[in-house]
Amino acid sequence: MSAEAVAATKTDGWEPKIVAFCCNWCSYGGADSAGMGRFQQPASARIIRVMCSGRIDPLHVFNAFLEGADAVLVTGCHIGDCHYVNGNDKTKIKYKYLENVAHELGIEKERLQLNWISASEGEKFANFIRDVTEQIKKLGPSPLKPEGVA
Amino acid sequence: MNDTKATEKGTVKESEEKRVGVFVCECGVNIGGVVNTWAVADYIGTLPGVKVTSVNKFTCSDSGQADIQQKIKEYNLNRVVVAACSPKTHEPTFRACIEQMGLNQYFLEFVNIRDHCSWIHMWEKEKATEKAKDLVRMGVERSKLLEPLQASEVPVTDKALVIGAGVAGMQSALDLADMGFQVYLVEKEPSIGGRMARFDKVFPTNDCSICILGPKMVEVARNKNIKIMSYSEVKAVDGYVGNFNVKVEHKPRYLDVAKCTGCAKCSEVCPVEVPYDFNEGFGTRKAIYVPFPQAVPLRAVLDKENCISCKACAKACQSGAINYDMQPSYTDLNVGVIIGAVGFKTYDPEPRHDFGYGLYDNVITAMEFERLLNAAGPTGGHVVRPSDCKEPIRVGFVNCVGSRDKATNIYCSGVCCMVTIKNAQLLKEKRPETDQTIMYIDIRTPFRGYEESYNRSRNLGVKFLRGRPVEVKEDPVTKNIKVRIEDTLAGEMRNLEFDLMVLATGIVPNEGINQIQQLLKLSKAADGLLMEAHPKLKPVDTTIDGVFLAGVASGPKDIPYAVSQGSACAGRATILLKNKKAITEGITAIVNPDVCVGCQVCIPMCPFQAIKMDEQAGKANVMKALCKGCGTCVAACPTGALEQSHFKNNQLLAQVRNVFKFQEVAA
Repeated sequence: MSAEAVAATKTDGWEPKIVAFCCNWCSYGGADSAGMGRFQQPASARIIRVMCSGRIDPLHVFNAFLEGADAVLVTGCHIGDCHYVNGNDKTKIKYKYLENVAHELGIEKERLQLNWISASEGEKFANFIRDVTEQIKKLGPSPLKPEGVA
Repeated sequence: MNDTKATEKGTVKESEEKRVGVFVCECGVNIGGVVNTWAVADYIGTLPGVKVTSVNKFTCSDSGQADIQQKIKEYNLNRVVVAACSPKTHEPTFRACIEQMGLNQYFLEFVNIRDHCSWIHMWEKEKATEKAKDLVRMGVERSKLLEPLQASEVPVTDKALVIGAGVAGMQSALDLADMGFQVYLVEKEPSIGGRMARFDKVFPTNDCSICILGPKMVEVARNKNIKIMSYSEVKAVDGYVGNFNVKVEHKPRYLDVAKCTGCAKCSEVCPVEVPYDFNEGFGTRKAIYVPFPQAVPLRAVLDKENCISCKACAKACQSGAINYDMQPSYTDLNVGVIIGAVGFKTYDPEPRHDFGYGLYDNVITAMEFERLLNAAGPTGGHVVRPSDCKEPIRVGFVNCVGSRDKATNIYCSGVCCMVTIKNAQLLKEKRPETDQTIMYIDIRTPFRGYEESYNRSRNLGVKFLRGRPVEVKEDPVTKNIKVRIEDTLAGEMRNLEFDLMVLATGIVPNEGINQIQQLLKLSKAADGLLMEAHPKLKPVDTTIDGVFLAGVASGPKDIPYAVSQGSACAGRATILLKNKKAITEGITAIVNPDVCVGCQVCIPMCPFQAIKMDEQAGKANVMKALCKGCGTCVAACPTGALEQSHFKNNQLLAQVRNVFKFQEVAA
């Protein structure tokens, strides 16, 4: 790991809370691989496992924002690699609508992100969490975060 | 315990008080060295419904599991939360543990505080501890909403499909066939045998490759339980463990294999000559040809792309086997298990012109050198250099080409050191007057007989130079290869001249890997080869039940390792084939008919055609046997009539809600 990466994980101060939805077969495995490879990352993400990214409902995403998430990540297998043939294709379509609604609500685009991460891409997973965390640190807490929520 | 099992299993009622036990694992120091597990346990103990918390050095150990079982009994727990490593590896262990105590196995909630916490926040102990508290709190709240499910049993067809008839696939097929199971062995090439059939000799014993492989190929062909489908490819796979439906395409050979005798009279008369792929492009073959002398099946194949339709072969064929109008044909198979042994290819140095390959005639790959050494090769076993067909005296070998190199592949291909050592030895033995220099980064000889073989090379006079050529040029007149290299042991630059230079090219994924990855929905590892279910404990299993991997398709391997994996796959597959049943997850979509309005949005969402309309009731109906439990239909249902068991909205939202905690804001 690079010196900057180590420094980045050591930066004190406010830590955003990021809700990351991961599919069992790819991105959850990617998060596991990040652990196995000891790819250090900010302690900002809280992973919620679903079997397929296709299961991720706008209900879950907007609930996360309303509960206090500074960012929500929708992750799954690479297109073509879905364990359930094409669940992620449907995620992709659904995500477009999600993005539009989030935009209408005034949620900055950095706060809702989609990424395809395979079970072997531990480093990619860690970099993704680090990048999102840095972006959110610049933006500050989510405007939807209720008062008193940590 | 056995008495209570039947009565208690899965009978916890909704109204029953949730009694949660939380077991925090230290995983030695893997978790405990970073996360303050006691602080986590103390905090979690304050949450409503948590009756007991426990910290164990190793929760998965016998004593750790005994602790869970004892506390289930002592505290009458009906939900168990284990905060430890990844559910992908350890969930089955703890499910079985609680099931033994009469709890439904789906009353386990597994929280990952190792891979997702302690390992990735090694230097932020406080933050990691706080995160662990959040993660476990999320798990506890979810656990209270978990519902009992029953895993279902599916019958297993006692037939197997093996994709790829290299040495690993052949071993799987033979072992399964010898245990009495019907095996379909699909090979995309016209002959079985795979890469091993092209090697001259195999390390460390330097025995003739085809001499040990040939009899095995014949054994495969003779085995009445094995159906070889050569020159065929798997085109579609659907179904699930125990019941895979597979479509196999048989590419047209343009001759009737039942009539062809493999006499090769057709090749004799064929006027078209093309580079001979079996010899790595050295020498030529005809447009109609028998792949190689030991081919199984020993049948000709017509290469339509290069055929000029002169019909000379049809006239020469005494059995009238030639059929120019042949079309691809298809076979539908139903099998219980699939073994993928699709092999690999070697790194191609041509596009990057590594070490002058493709620019200079006298730079060749180790596979090409292998064919030059081979008595059945293009030169009858005489090693000559391509520029002038003269026998080289000074031969340089470059290791790690396309391996251990950030510009190409960072991983070690594992076998190339031994390939080079063997090739240098063979040349030295053939022609003692030759002079070999092996240019290496490290020499890796880890298995039985390998180090001895390395020593043997040194004793034979093969030179080893630690370094990597920094400049490779061709002498325009002599076509010799001039190399500038740093001898990193002596710490000096050296200029060397070789008559021939051989590149030990590494192992890279082939097309077959991409094909079966997509067909079987497998995962790829960072090296582009296929990923096993667990790198240590399930090396031949995949995340897809009933699908196994053997050979280099799942990582670089030598021959004994590939053969072992072939046998291992057969063994793993036999568990299913012999039991004739497999246990599948109880997680499926479920319809609430009171809410369903029959809008049919869910139906096209399902890639498995598991949802059908109950026309009479006007409601959607999920067929559990077909449902794989992805939950995509659930997210699409506009009325909330569909739910996914074990991942219900309320269960997921409990997790979402408990990511956060409410803090009193100072006035």
